[in-house]
Amino acid sequence: MDLIQKNLLLQIAELHDIPEGAYNIRANGESVGRNTTANIDIVKKEDKDGIDIIIKPGTVNESVHIPVLLSQSGMQETVYNDFYIGEGAEVTIVAGCGIHNCGVDTSKHDGIHTFYLGRNAKVRYIERHYGEGDGNGENVMNPETIVHLEEGAVLEMETTQIKGIDSTNRITRGDLAAGAVLEVHEKIMTHGKQFARTDFSVDLNGDGSSANVVSRSVARDESRQEFYSNINGNCACTGHSECDAIIMDKAVVSASPQLTAGNIDASLIHEAAIGKIAGEQLIKLMTLGLTEAEAEEQIINGFLK
Amino acid sequence: MLELKNICYEIEDDNDNKEILKNINLTIDEHFVAITGPNGGGKSTLAKMIAGIIRPTSGQILLDGEDITELNITERAKKGISYAFQQPVHFKGLTVKDLISIAAGKTMNVNDVCGILSEVGLCARDYIDREINGSLSGGELKRIEIAMILARGTRLSIFDEPEAGIDLWSFSSLIHVFEKMRDEIHGTILIISHQEKILKIADKIIVIAAGEIEKAGSKEEILPSLMYTAASCKSLTDKMANENQL
Ligand SMILES: Nc1ncnc2c1ncn2[C@@H]1O[C@H](COP(=O)(O)OP(=O)(O)OP(=O)(O)O)[C@@H](O)[C@H]1O
Ligand SMILES: [Mg+2]
Repeated sequence: MDLIQKNLLLQIAELHDIPEGAYNIRANGESVGRNTTANIDIVKKEDKDGIDIIIKPGTVNESVHIPVLLSQSGMQETVYNDFYIGEGAEVTIVAGCGIHNCGVDTSKHDGIHTFYLGRNAKVRYIERHYGEGDGNGENVMNPETIVHLEEGAVLEMETTQIKGIDSTNRITRGDLAAGAVLEVHEKIMTHGKQFARTDFSVDLNGDGSSANVVSRSVARDESRQEFYSNINGNCACTGHSECDAIIMDKAVVSASPQLTAGNIDASLIHEAAIGKIAGEQLIKLMTLGLTEAEAEEQIINGFLK
Repeated sequence: MLELKNICYEIEDDNDNKEILKNINLTIDEHFVAITGPNGGGKSTLAKMIAGIIRPTSGQILLDGEDITELNITERAKKGISYAFQQPVHFKGLTVKDLISIAAGKTMNVNDVCGILSEVGLCARDYIDREINGSLSGGELKRIEIAMILARGTRLSIFDEPEAGIDLWSFSSLIHVFEKMRDEIHGTILIISHQEKILKIADKIIVIAAGEIEKAGSKEEILPSLMYTAASCKSLTDKMANENQL
């Protein structure tokens, strides 16, 4: 890996070098490093671009890192990664994509991640998207995450896109069996003329299942964001979605939440708030000696923390 | 030393000009000054004006002889003015530690933050990572508001009804915080309060009613009259009556 790739790796996975445990590092379309463990296997797909990550039942305290780096301007790819998590396994999966584009061509990474969580499996899934580059080439990422949760499975998903992605369409689909729990925390910041669209749709199919989708975002300059969420409660279940956006400058944000209850015992809630930074927050921080711009930065950093 | 010269503040209210502060003249060079007076008299307006949050319609504000009337909030904060709000502000995501660090102007380690929080009677470990939002009680938010001013340690500290929402038991230890500040700092503490116990430790008491300074002087001069002029200080006597009953 060169310095540019190492920096991308640091930004998306907080890794200074090769991670511990199982990993697959993909750089400019090729695997540049892979490690498997006794419990975690990583297998290259034969029919299309991507890998299968197979985690044995009962695996605990292990992690998998699968960072994707694009440093060649104009590189475009669609990658399919499938995760098979065995019954009762408890693991952390860190994915993410970093693009460095210093050319004039569009760099694009579309990642389609499908999770199959066995009974009572517990997964913490962390995904960070980051772009940089001094050229005029656009950085585009369209992640699609599809999750199937068997009985009692728990998936916590944290996604972050703070910088440098010009256009993104983030799709998340899920179906949950009895007692399964899906927890999604999304953080997005857009600036310039960027566009971000997020689209969640979750089916709660088993009694006692629950989904909680929380999106916090900041839209600056002339950027645009769209938030769609759809929770279908088909049984005795609980669903909650929350979209909280700070809007600045000439940005445009829209939130379109949808809830469908198909069972008398489904309890579904949606909250959405879009607004500028409260004036009194700025004033408070200014009385502590910050300039208006510094106060804004602190408020946004805290909000997206 | 803080001087207010001919300070007027008018706002437009349904095409009608409303005078909120009427020609205020005031010199504050004592260590510990209390401002009191009835609700709506203009106390918080005056505090906001000193902090630069609102600008006077006319008049001048001087800090140690320097005219600061045209300075903005940040510039005044940097000159050494601190203001603890009557109503603390909520923040999504910023924690107690974040705000204390911002107030102190440096990154604070856990011990530093602990020291300051314990002064205002909060057990630091329970609070340090809490968000400054509606999940904190009113009294907790007030204490954190006071802690931020302690962390700054500036030459002019303004507290707007710091005792509001603080339980009686903690109130006496809060008085000690102010006494300690009074004895230790070289600057000035300006407290807006309705509490006799706070007025009693002040070097000077100023009574503001209907946008004007009704009277100003030592506690010996002012306190007795406050106890009997129920009309102008109804809220004060009410609160004291309540306190006496407890
Ligand atoms: N922006 C505003 N618009 C209209 N009226 C205002 C505005 N700001 C202040 N006032 C009025 O000015 C008067 C003084 O308000 P201020 O908050 O300074 O009172 P106070 O002395 O601090 O009262 P309290 O003891 O209740 O805190 C009040 O009558 C208030 O309604
Ligand atoms: Mg007031």
